[in-house]
Amino acid sequence: MGFDQYHEPPAELPEQTRTFARLCASLTEEAEAIGWYEQRIAVESDRAAVAIMRDAQGEEFKHFAMDLEFLLRRTPLWREIAAGILFQEGDIVEHGEEAEEEAIEGAAARGEPMVGSTSLGIGSMRAAGS
Amino acid sequence: MSHLLREHAPITEASWGLIDNEARERLTPALAARKLIDFAGPHGWKRSATNLGRTTPLVDTPVDALQAVQRRVLAMVELRAPFSIARSELRDGDRGADDVDLAALDAAAHRIATAENRAVFHGWPAAGITGIAQASSQEAIGLGQDCTLYPGHVAKAVEALLHAGIEGPYGLALGPEPYTRVLETEHGGYPLLEHLRKIIGGPLVWAPGVEGAVVVSQRGGDFLFDSGEDLSIGYDRHDVDAVAFYIVESFTFRVATPEAAVALSP
Repeated sequence: MGFDQYHEPPAELPEQTRTFARLCASLTEEAEAIGWYEQRIAVESDRAAVAIMRDAQGEEFKHFAMDLEFLLRRTPLWREIAAGILFQEGDIVEHGEEAEEEAIEGAAARGEPMVGSTSLGIGSMRAAGS
Repeated sequence: MSHLLREHAPITEASWGLIDNEARERLTPALAARKLIDFAGPHGWKRSATNLGRTTPLVDTPVDALQAVQRRVLAMVELRAPFSIARSELRDGDRGADDVDLAALDAAAHRIATAENRAVFHGWPAAGITGIAQASSQEAIGLGQDCTLYPGHVAKAVEALLHAGIEGPYGLALGPEPYTRVLETEHGGYPLLEHLRKIIGGPLVWAPGVEGAVVVSQRGGDFLFDSGEDLSIGYDRHDVDAVAFYIVESFTFRVATPEAAVALSP
């Protein structure tokens, strides 16, 4: 396997960014595997083979979810936007637009560092509600 | 790579973690202004000015029979506090030493936090910043040395704000000397610090850089700190013995409501 999860020279990337890129690559692979199993199951007539593949696909669901949770924990803004979209009833696109707007405006209002910033992340220190 | 050039520093990621954490720990208690005023941003290093919405008339125009104005902005000020750390100390930190000498970083953090407070509360004419105490349209109240009188002074300031239609809660920035005096004093068997907190109904903060004290409205929208690059640590240079860094930030500050604060002069 090569190092094609990196878009920039790995030696120039901080360790946490390399870890982030590995998990993004893993997330992609899990999503691909879920799609492949879905196709295989759709064309397979042997019920025993289908049962095995459903079991295998369940593993990929779990891996995908763990990768995603890891990435969201490391990226508060992504997490906040995702929280406004995932497991919600209603229009997905509408939820997405609203979640993005609220999360970005909220982060700026709290004085949180910009995405990709290397600041100390101190920002506003006013207590909530004061 | 950002303008901070952190990737060029000949130090490990663990050392960066050590330096960033130490800086946060030292800055947080001293950044009094941020605990009391509105903070917008950070907008990034490329942000150069804050829009004031104001204009200056231009009398001369390139062609006759025209009217012209020029927009006024408040230019961002860049504050930088340099410091150096011995490479031997950072290597010991990588080995697991838990007493790495970061005194120069601590001093730089205190300097820049003090400067930020001073610019906000007392102004910085060269940077075009008018401080809260200067801008206040309220008559200043003498604070004095006798801190048993402080509750009366602070109550008088609160009364002046109420008269001006500025509702509470209020915050109190206390300079280091009066803060220490307040900490050491009881008022009617009750810590003076708590007594003052009850009068203002909001935060009371230790404010290095503040002379005397300032009572400020906490309703929001009165005192506006606009952050470009928030406090960050950059790499400057190194030699065989030491690595030179700096703490940097860019910001503007302006007072929107001059009557929303009362200065308690020392």
